[in-house]
Amino acid sequence: MSASTASTKPTSPVPFDEALTRYEPVLGLEVHVELGTESKMFCACPTAFGAEPNTQVCPVCLALPGTLPVINSIAVESIIRMGLALNCTIVEWCRMARKNYFYPDMPKNYQISQYDEPICVDGYLDVVVPLPDGEGTTTVRVGIERVHLEEDTGKLTHAGGATGRIHGADYSLVDYNRAGIPLVEIVTKPITDTGALAPAVAKAYVAELRDIMRGLGVSDVKMEEGSLRCDANVSLNRPGDEWGTRTETKNVNSLRSVERAVRSEIERQAGVLDAGGRITQETRHFHEDTGVTTPGRSKEQAEDYRYFPEPDLVPIAPDAAWVEQLRATIPEQPSIRRARLAQDWGIGAFEMESLVNAGVLQLVETSVEEGVEPDAARKWWAGELLRVANERGVEPQDLPVAPGDIKRVEELIAAGTINDKLARSVFDGIISGEGDADAVVAARGLTVVSDDSALLAAIEQALVDQPDVAEKIRGGKVAAAGAIVGAVMKATRGQADAGKVRTLLLDHLGVAEG
Amino acid sequence: MPTSPIDADLIRQSATVLAAAIAAGEVSSREVVQAHLDRIGEVDEAVHAFLHVTAHEALETADTVDAKRAAGDPLGPLAGVPLALKDVLAMRGVPTTCGSRILEGWRPPYDATVVERLRDADVVILGKTNMDEFAMGSSTEHSAFGPTRNPWDLERIPGGSGGGSAAAVAAFEAPLAVGTDTGGSIRQPAAVTGTVGVKPTYGGVSRYGLVALASSLDQAGPCARTVLDAAHLHAVIAGHDPRDSTSIDAAVPDVIAAAQRGDVRGMRVGLVRQLDGEGYAPGVRQRFAEAVEILTHLGAEIVEVDCPHFEYALGAYYLILPSEASSNLARFDGMRYGLRAGDGSDASVESVMSATREAGFGAEVKRRIMLGTYALSSGYYDAYYGQAQKVRTLIRRDFDAAFDKADVLISPTAPTTAFRLGEKLDDPLAMYLNDIATIPVNLAGNAAMSLPIGLSPDDGLPVGLQIMAPAMADDRLYRAGAAVEGALYDRWGHLLIEEAPAL
Ligand SMILES: [Zn+2]
Repeated sequence: MSASTASTKPTSPVPFDEALTRYEPVLGLEVHVELGTESKMFCACPTAFGAEPNTQVCPVCLALPGTLPVINSIAVESIIRMGLALNCTIVEWCRMARKNYFYPDMPKNYQISQYDEPICVDGYLDVVVPLPDGEGTTTVRVGIERVHLEEDTGKLTHAGGATGRIHGADYSLVDYNRAGIPLVEIVTKPITDTGALAPAVAKAYVAELRDIMRGLGVSDVKMEEGSLRCDANVSLNRPGDEWGTRTETKNVNSLRSVERAVRSEIERQAGVLDAGGRITQETRHFHEDTGVTTPGRSKEQAEDYRYFPEPDLVPIAPDAAWVEQLRATIPEQPSIRRARLAQDWGIGAFEMESLVNAGVLQLVETSVEEGVEPDAARKWWAGELLRVANERGVEPQDLPVAPGDIKRVEELIAAGTINDKLARSVFDGIISGEGDADAVVAARGLTVVSDDSALLAAIEQALVDQPDVAEKIRGGKVAAAGAIVGAVMKATRGQADAGKVRTLLLDHLGVAEG
Repeated sequence: MPTSPIDADLIRQSATVLAAAIAAGEVSSREVVQAHLDRIGEVDEAVHAFLHVTAHEALETADTVDAKRAAGDPLGPLAGVPLALKDVLAMRGVPTTCGSRILEGWRPPYDATVVERLRDADVVILGKTNMDEFAMGSSTEHSAFGPTRNPWDLERIPGGSGGGSAAAVAAFEAPLAVGTDTGGSIRQPAAVTGTVGVKPTYGGVSRYGLVALASSLDQAGPCARTVLDAAHLHAVIAGHDPRDSTSIDAAVPDVIAAAQRGDVRGMRVGLVRQLDGEGYAPGVRQRFAEAVEILTHLGAEIVEVDCPHFEYALGAYYLILPSEASSNLARFDGMRYGLRAGDGSDASVESVMSATREAGFGAEVKRRIMLGTYALSSGYYDAYYGQAQKVRTLIRRDFDAAFDKADVLISPTAPTTAFRLGEKLDDPLAMYLNDIATIPVNLAGNAAMSLPIGLSPDDGLPVGLQIMAPAMADDRLYRAGAAVEGALYDRWGHLLIEEAPAL
């Protein structure tokens, strides 16, 4: 009695850094990814997000008596590609299994899943984890236990009652549109020896998974729409001791939350252990608003799912030659690719991250492959072109700008025909469909005015127009030169080289550069 | 067998004769269907083969067939012939109860593949037949809507679970019926009603729309009064269906040609040592022995085969079936269709599910759900479900070895003739033993037939012969079955069913 009372007594969390001085965390991550197949796992219903409730259903996904599932071969192909990207072994033969439990969001009252015969096993993923305080990065290898296929459940909305949960609700509404959408579950092996990096490892792992899925094109991996969900298992032990009892924090639905949930659970468990308590094996819920986890179901209440092989489906036996064909379609792992490109282009992790976040990495890479200088490719894609894309509400890759255009613009700048400012106008012309770079330059008359006499005439006019500024410059206030340069640029409609105007101006007035 | 002139009593004609007469314009489908509806009106109060008669739709379909014929449009192979459908198959807009209160009021929005194929063949569906609740039983006494009675003796059971389909055929309420067979539910009713019933190879007939009892065992098949009629129906309903993943993607064996040939010369017929002797009634054994003599006389070569693991079939079956059933029947929870009990402002989801299942399921269904739930429980799975699957593999190997020595195997279909209503109702084990000879085929997934071979001298009730064939060799059933049937017809001058007392 005393032990169990001690474990349930509320205890204060221990600050993270302090907790790590006494305990070592062990992590386990289960990530669910909704596949982006056109149709559901076992029927032909569409999978589009956001449709009116119960409009994407049929007798099969409503599990009307007598109906039978037929497996979606695209889903099988997708999971095999995911397994290959995660360095897994693809088994020669496996089966789906029934996971039996009663819940109204599941029309069959069992979920078709996989149990002891997952399709992908024993892989790993190397993730690049930033070290604290910007001290660079370290690579952590996360073992992959299994990757398996299952179907999603419907969605319950609980109306009335205070909690928004099924208990206490006045009534509940069920939407079966999501029921039967293919899901992939990716389960890690226990992740040990990460110490204080544990929360960052969790976040980096989920981020890397997300990038991989995106790269494979198997899912839109939108955490906010629930197409990628993470459950985080955390336990603590004192150094040298056996692993502690773990808790499972369910449905952590953003990258930031993954990190926060792991961190908060480490702090909470350390508090319980410090107070001499025991960790209860249970599921916990993470609250985005408070950043803490609260208890859910304990292991004693855990269900016996009575798994058995799904008799309505035949075993899955992927042909070895087909698996090899699929292997050839697996792109380079995103973090490895990023590291390689960063090195090739001579940029740091921060610059690389900004390209990734801007969604222009692929565009930059393609441009570089087509012969554009890396710096120029980055400058245009992460700068002006991204700005225009945002302004027009399109994705950067949807702009009608080819690597050849960037290359030509750069050549024109190098030749002094145009400057950066005119180059923006050239891109505007290209995007507006006025032809290629040369055509836009010709049509818009975009050439730098480089005739010294014409520029001098414009400078003299500007000095006449602004005698007070002219006086200041003559008096040595070089900083005032900007106003005259600006006026000259305006007079030449931007088609002059501002640096050259400045030099000519100072020479003309016989003033030395301050 | 000679064919009777069509001006004789329409309800006593075979489906083959009726189809030919309708196609030739000698009789209209409407006349044939009306004759059967009249018969149902006369006798079904006593027999209770039907749960629901679709008289209006049946006559409409009959008229459509007659119109097609008149217009010279191509007709399906059993055009205009009436048929009774076991109430476990979904039929669009028609009540489908599976003999259970829990599905009362549910009308499927879709057709089972079998129903689709029947419609494509221009078959006229007369209605839905009674059955043990969710096909759990061997007597049809477990129907929530009252038992069906055996047309040979109304105080006796018609077998089960498909007692309604067999009784409808035996009582001349329909020349054809579709049944389903999970452990003998087509064959044992055929045996005790003096009719023909076939469980095709697992995967031979689509299960799409068949409300599952045990997914790995269930198989729909034909019920008829003659082997050739069964073959015609078999050919209509069988064949690959992409909506059933366990459906076999191969050509259906030519069962009609096999039934027409009906010859066993040179065929090796295996007697299964484990399916005779102790537990089989003397009258059953006597008729079976005579059937063996007939086969010998017809030129078959009789061999004895050993299937040592059949002894464990019943035990394995009563682990696998309840396990799968406990999961298959989980969807009946009052949330989406059928019965909903215990609803109210204070009710929770759990309490409604629980009250619905308490009120909606009968005792036998609950018994098997509990057995299956237990057998699949963590810690028991290996000892029960896992072991049963191993037995299943051994039984399959027994069959493989036996079929090395024999082209078909034979046994009595059931150990006894029809027992009295209520006789075994309180003794589930005695009830389960009825299927001792039929269960091995379901576990192995191959094909089997039951056909009548005479009346038991013990009680004057029909005895069935079971013929078993390898998977996808269903045609052998029809070859051997038609041969035996023909020899008996020659001996008696009529079908056995003609000896059934008037109702
Ligand atoms: Zn659907």
